[in-house]
Amino acid sequence: MTFITILIGKLVQTLSRLRGTNGSAAPGLVVERLNPKFLNKILQKLPHGVIVISGTNGKTTTTKIITELLRAENLRVFTNNTGSNFVRGVISAVLDKISLTGKFDYDLAVLELDEAHAVKFCAAVPIDYALLLNVQRDQLDRFGEIDHTADLLNTVAGQAKKAVVLNREDPRIAKIHVKHAVFFGLSDTLKETFPSDDNLLTAPAQTSTRSTHTKHPINNPQAPALTLLESLSDKRASFKINQKHYSTALKLTGIYNAFNATGALALCLTVFPNLAPANLIKTLSNIEGAFGRGETFTYNGATIELFLVKNPSAFQLSLASFADNEHDYMIAINDLIADGRDVSWLWNVDFSALPKEIAATSGIRATDIALRLKYDEKTVKTIEPDLTLALKALCKNPETPKRIFATYTAMLELRKIITGKSIL
Amino acid sequence: MTTKHPATTKPLCILHLYPNEMNLYGDHGNILTLKKRCEWRNIPVEILTYELGEAFPDPSNIDIIFGGGGQDSGQSKIAADLLKIAPILKNAINAGTPTLVICGLYQLFGKAFHTADGNTLEGAAILDLETTAGDTRLIGNITLKTAHFGTVVGYENHSGLTALNLPNGSQPSSLNSSKNRPASHSDTQPLLSPTLQPFGTVVKGAGNNNTDQTEGAIYKNCIATYLHGPLLPKNPKIADFLIETALARRSTNATPSLTPLDDALELQAKDTALSRPR
Repeated sequence: MTFITILIGKLVQTLSRLRGTNGSAAPGLVVERLNPKFLNKILQKLPHGVIVISGTNGKTTTTKIITELLRAENLRVFTNNTGSNFVRGVISAVLDKISLTGKFDYDLAVLELDEAHAVKFCAAVPIDYALLLNVQRDQLDRFGEIDHTADLLNTVAGQAKKAVVLNREDPRIAKIHVKHAVFFGLSDTLKETFPSDDNLLTAPAQTSTRSTHTKHPINNPQAPALTLLESLSDKRASFKINQKHYSTALKLTGIYNAFNATGALALCLTVFPNLAPANLIKTLSNIEGAFGRGETFTYNGATIELFLVKNPSAFQLSLASFADNEHDYMIAINDLIADGRDVSWLWNVDFSALPKEIAATSGIRATDIALRLKYDEKTVKTIEPDLTLALKALCKNPETPKRIFATYTAMLELRKIITGKSIL
Repeated sequence: MTTKHPATTKPLCILHLYPNEMNLYGDHGNILTLKKRCEWRNIPVEILTYELGEAFPDPSNIDIIFGGGGQDSGQSKIAADLLKIAPILKNAINAGTPTLVICGLYQLFGKAFHTADGNTLEGAAILDLETTAGDTRLIGNITLKTAHFGTVVGYENHSGLTALNLPNGSQPSSLNSSKNRPASHSDTQPLLSPTLQPFGTVVKGAGNNNTDQTEGAIYKNCIATYLHGPLLPKNPKIADFLIETALARRSTNATPSLTPLDDALELQAKDTALSRPR
C-alpha cells in the first residue's frame, strides 16, 4: 500500500509541477484520500521523533536555525519549506524526499506549522516536541481572535509526548500548562525593547507605545529559562545557557531573530541534552536570515533590503530595528488571502520611527498605507499600486540604499521582479 | 488651517473607553483620526482614557466618547465594570454627547448579549438592542448606504447577531430620508437621530444580523457600528461630524463650522476599499 501511495503521490506531484503550480497541495490531497495514515507511518519511524514549531511570528526563521544547527551536528533533519506549512504541504515535502521503495533516511523531522494547521497535524501524527514562539495579532480574519489562537497552541502543547519549549516572555505562551515545559527568555533589560502584542498601539494619548509595558507584567518571572538572550548590540549577541555565558557575532539581524535563535537553542538542547552549547553558538554565528527576513538584493544599481511584514507585532519589531534616516523606504501592502484581507492592523503599528518622507507606497492597498502614514505626519512621494512602477520610482537614486516592507504576496511579486524569477 | 476656534479655549476632550481591553482591529486609528483632524485645524485636543476600575472623569468635561472592539475575553472582563459606569454614559449620550462605539462595545451598549453557552451578559442598556451569539463569523469588506454620511466603507468581523428594537411604527430613517445633515442651531441641540435607528443599509456584507440588511445603530449623537477598517480614516465625514457636534455643543453663539481639510487621500483609500471583493 505504501509503495502505491508513494508512486501515485509522486506522479501527481510531477503532473502538477508540469502544469506550473508549486505542487504542494494536490499531491498531499490525493495521498491523504488514498492513505490517511501515510504521513504518520513515515514520520513515526524517525528515531528522534517529530518536532513542531508554531506561533505567529518567527516560525520560518526559527525552523531554519534549528535545522542548520542540528545538521552541523551531523543529524539528518527533515524539514518543510515556507509555503508548505500545512498538513498537505508536509505530505508533499515527504514525497519529495522519500524513495519509491519507501526509504526515508532522516533522524528527525522539524516542521513549521501555523497554529490552525499544527492542531490538524497533531491529530494525524503524534508529535514528540513542540516549540511555541508567540501569540500575536496575525490574520484575525482567519483565526477569529487572539485567544482562540492561544487555545490552538495549548492543544498542540498537550499533544507533545516528551517536552514543550515555551517563550517565557509571551504571557499567552508562558501560561500554557504542560508536564514537561522548558522555557527560553530575555534578560530584564532586553524585555524593555521587546514589545509583546499587548503593548502595541492602544492608548494613543501616550507618545511612546512601549510605556504601557508595566501594565502587562511578565507572567512568569520566576520560571528559570534554559536559554536566555542576555544582551544584543549591533550584530553581537550574548546568551546564557545553563547558567554559563556565551557571546558571539550574528549574521541574523534584528532583536526578534536573536530571540528566535534563543528559542532554537533551547529546543536543540531539550531534544539533544548532550550537544555542546559552545558548538551550537559557533554554528549559529554563521546562520543567515530566512527568505524575506532582511534579504539583500541589487536592483537597477540600488541595494535593496526586503522585509516581510504580516502583522502589527512583526512590523513594529522590524521598525524598531530597521528604521533610520540613511535609507529610502517603501511599504507594499496587498490584501489577498495570504496577506490577510483586513488591513485595519496597519493602524496598530506606530510608524513614527521612519523618516518624515517615505519614498513610495505600493500594492493593492497603496493608498491605505499612505493614508496611515499621513496620520503619523509622514508624506509619501510616490503612491503607486503597481509594484514594478513603484520599484522603478524607488530606485531613481540608486546611491541611497533602500528598504522595503512588504506583505506576503507583495513580497513574492517584488522578489520576482527584482530577481527575474519566481521562488515558488 | 490657521483659523482659531473661539469656542475652544479649553481643549476638546475625547474619552477612550477601555483602551487596554478593547483595542482589536486597529481601533486606535479612530482616536488618532479625531486627534489629527483637530490638530490640523488648530483645535486643541486632549485624549483621556478610562480603564477597568478607574475613577470616571468628570462627565461635564467630556466632548466625545469612543469605545472599540475587543475579543470575548476582553468583553467579559469589562462587562461588569461597564454596568457601573452605564448611568454616567447614558446621561451623557441622552444629553447629546457625540459618541462612537465599535463592535464589542456596540454590543455591550445594548440591553443584553446572549452567549453561545446559553448565558446572558447584561449590557449597559443605552441602546435598545440585543445581540445573540451566532455560529459563524461574519467576516469581510462591507459597504453601507447611510442617510447622514453617504456611502460608508469598512471591514466587519463578528459572530454576534444584533437586532434593533426600533420605536413603534418608525421607518428606519436611513431608508427614507436622503440628506438631512444634523441641524445645528444655537438654541436647539444638534441631533443625528432623536430615536434609535439603524446606522445604515448594507450594500455589500452582512451587517447587524445578516438578514434585515441593517448595520449599526444611531441614537441621539451616538453612532454604534460593527465596522472596523478602522472606520474614521476612510470615512472622514463621520470624524468631522463628531468634532463639529462636539464644538457646537460647547458654542454659545453661532455654530462653528470646521475648516475644510484636503481629504483626497482619504477618499482615494475609500475608493480602493470599495472596489475590493467581500
